[in-house]
Amino acid sequence: MSSSSTSSAGLTGSDSESRSCHTTGLNVCLTAQRFIKLNAVAAVVFLLLGGVAAILLALTRWQAIHLLPVDWFYRILTFHGLNMLIFWILFFEVAILYFASTTPLNSKLFSRKVAWVSFGMMLVGAIMVNVVILQGKADVMLTSYLPLLAHPAFYLGIILVAVGTLVAVFNFFATLYIAKRDKTYEGSVPLVTFGATAAAIIAVVTLLHGAIVMIPTFTYSLGWTAEPDPMWYRMIWWGLGHQSQQVNVTAMVAVWYLIGHLATGARPVNETVCRGAFVLYILFINLASAHHLLVDPGVGSAWKIWNTSYAMYLAVLASMIHAFTVPASVEVAMREKGHNKGIFGWVTALPWRNPALSAVVLSLLIFGFVGGITGVTLGTQQINIIAHNTLRIPGHFHATVVGGTTLAFMGLAYYVIPLMFKRNFIGRKWAMIQPWLFGGGILLVSIGKSFAGSMGVARRTWDIEPAGIYGSAAHMFLGVMGIGAIIAVASLFIFVGLCVGTILFGKRIKEGEAMADWGTAQPVGDAKEGSLEHDHWSMKGTIVLTAVFLLCFAVYYFANWKALADVWPVR
Amino acid sequence: MSLTPPKSDWYKPAEGAEKLWIGIALVWCFVMSLMMPYWHFKGKQNSQGEAYAVTAQAFQERTDQFVEDNQVGEYNGVPLVAPAPGSDVYLVAQMWSWYPVLQLQQGETYRLHVSSVDLQHGFSLQPMNMNFQIMPGYDHVLTITPTTTGEFTIVCNEFCGIGHDRMIGKIFVE
Ligand code: HEM
Ligand SMILES: [Cu+2]
Ligand SMILES: [Cu+2]
Repeated sequence: MSSSSTSSAGLTGSDSESRSCHTTGLNVCLTAQRFIKLNAVAAVVFLLLGGVAAILLALTRWQAIHLLPVDWFYRILTFHGLNMLIFWILFFEVAILYFASTTPLNSKLFSRKVAWVSFGMMLVGAIMVNVVILQGKADVMLTSYLPLLAHPAFYLGIILVAVGTLVAVFNFFATLYIAKRDKTYEGSVPLVTFGATAAAIIAVVTLLHGAIVMIPTFTYSLGWTAEPDPMWYRMIWWGLGHQSQQVNVTAMVAVWYLIGHLATGARPVNETVCRGAFVLYILFINLASAHHLLVDPGVGSAWKIWNTSYAMYLAVLASMIHAFTVPASVEVAMREKGHNKGIFGWVTALPWRNPALSAVVLSLLIFGFVGGITGVTLGTQQINIIAHNTLRIPGHFHATVVGGTTLAFMGLAYYVIPLMFKRNFIGRKWAMIQPWLFGGGILLVSIGKSFAGSMGVARRTWDIEPAGIYGSAAHMFLGVMGIGAIIAVASLFIFVGLCVGTILFGKRIKEGEAMADWGTAQPVGDAKEGSLEHDHWSMKGTIVLTAVFLLCFAVYYFANWKALADVWPVR
Repeated sequence: MSLTPPKSDWYKPAEGAEKLWIGIALVWCFVMSLMMPYWHFKGKQNSQGEAYAVTAQAFQERTDQFVEDNQVGEYNGVPLVAPAPGSDVYLVAQMWSWYPVLQLQQGETYRLHVSSVDLQHGFSLQPMNMNFQIMPGYDHVLTITPTTTGEFTIVCNEFCGIGHDRMIGKIFVE
């Protein structure tokens, strides 16, 4: 897809070639580079498709505009969910896996052929799904709950994407293996690779759930086998649907560490803690599919409570640990560089003109303060009664997977594109404001949905007027969502425009040249790296930040118990 | 550094503020885990998922019988049914209606059986904003006690086809 001649070395496709990157000083495997490019470009195309769908949906749910006709609303909703949550995210994550297993380890990608197989399957599958949806043969939403039934090609497409991703994950593990075998690095793998490995392990479990649920559904849609039980379907489907969110969180956190390092030279305050938190993700997320079934029939209280708290809260613990360690690593790096004024002096000294940095800061704040707090609260067994399937749910996950993961991935793209395509970004002023528009817009989307949802407005509903019960406040919050959507989608278009424009027209980075600097933190005074290594209380800003976070969390959490106590008793 | 292998002696326990935060976070997670069993025993709102296997036909028959025995009138062409306090109440979800309309008494407890005869639906009681998943093949029993009076609307909040937004039911409490 690239017309760049700088990639010609990669196009010869030898598994043994590599080049040296003059920005990071690291070696880049050219085969890996080619597949990072392919997967990233495909990801951005699906992001664009999902973005077009997003604005159509938001302007329909904003009742004052009510844009789409009913059948197209549900069609485009199905389209949006799949293109965003599955295709954009998975293609980008494959790019991250290829990167994390090669460059930081100074290794080659295990196999070019396997990478082609993976990419081919994923692309064919995604195109199949999109064609079937747009033909109107799969108006079943992302979740395709039985007994709703789509055209067999819909399930087949999803299976192809899932298996294609598994193949890529295999390539990742095989690369780790050969890197270890050939001793391309010494000691333990770098933290970014470690995080990516955690994501890949969860992805395997996730994608196997996908296969278990999609294959019998596919054969049923062909009339070959009997209908799987719809409750069984929900249980296994959410083993895919929920755990894949943990893949996204894990990959996002790895990106936080990576950008923190690139923009400020941050290094983990304590490697053991960061790695330990990733391990918690792997160990304790598997049962969290339960919190999509909290008000379902046929699964009892004990099962629901056990699987919510036992598995979920140790994964929550992991996220809370990262919420400390990521800002702390940046803060310590800034303080060591001499930006020591007061509690938050280091914040103002951050290189804010760097769009990757602002993307990651906003991603962390939106994910933590909005996505995380709402997620844990809504996923509490009993509280779910006053949230299930209302707009509060999309309000929550647009703060996690959009304001969190998607924004972090956008930030990463500001490095991936120059480093892989060897072209400097065009429109750097636009790039500077893009994360702010996206973060701000999605915050409004999330808030609008959450409040409308707490007033009882349902998700996945074309028109709320037939119910005849929603007042002006609910309508106003749908308007807030609509305005936020316009801003967020405009920013998404700017992002895609900048990426595509750069790939096609960006100024070439010549051999031996570093990419144009986005802005990195510079030392002042007699700064010395490592000077705070033994001061375990130096991250004062982070301490304040996490204290405020915990306070918000507790207030929101108990306010919801209070709201629950006000509804009718039910058993 | 996050991009390069760590120093060989990277294993060390958490210290200082980091250690304190992990401790606090762990306590908080523990508090949240305990809230649910606590509410299960002390709280009044719980989703226990009580359910029985049922076929669409059997559930429809039970509901028809229930309507025949307890009908007191009509609301917009749908039977209005006033069951005895403490009794079993039946509500059918189907594309795209809730059948029948219920009339309940404040402070009384009912065993509300809800099931679907076709797709999955969502029982969303407004303006209380209480939500439950309704599945075909599962007789989902909600033991409810209306504590407020007035007109309540059941909105379907699980996508169930083109008429989904028009799937509106009613419960009156007096
Ligand atoms: C760019 C700005 C975006 C806007 C304005 C937006 C807006 C919306 C709206 C209005 C809905 C429909 C809610 C409903 O009626 O139930 C929706 C659903 C959804 N969105 Fe987004 N969205 C955006 C980006 C994303 C991204 C990046 C992702 C994933 C990475 C995503 C994932 C989803 C999912 C999974 C659903 C639910 C689909 C379903 O119910 O089946 N969205 N979004
Ligand atoms: Cu329905
Ligand atoms: Cu419905």
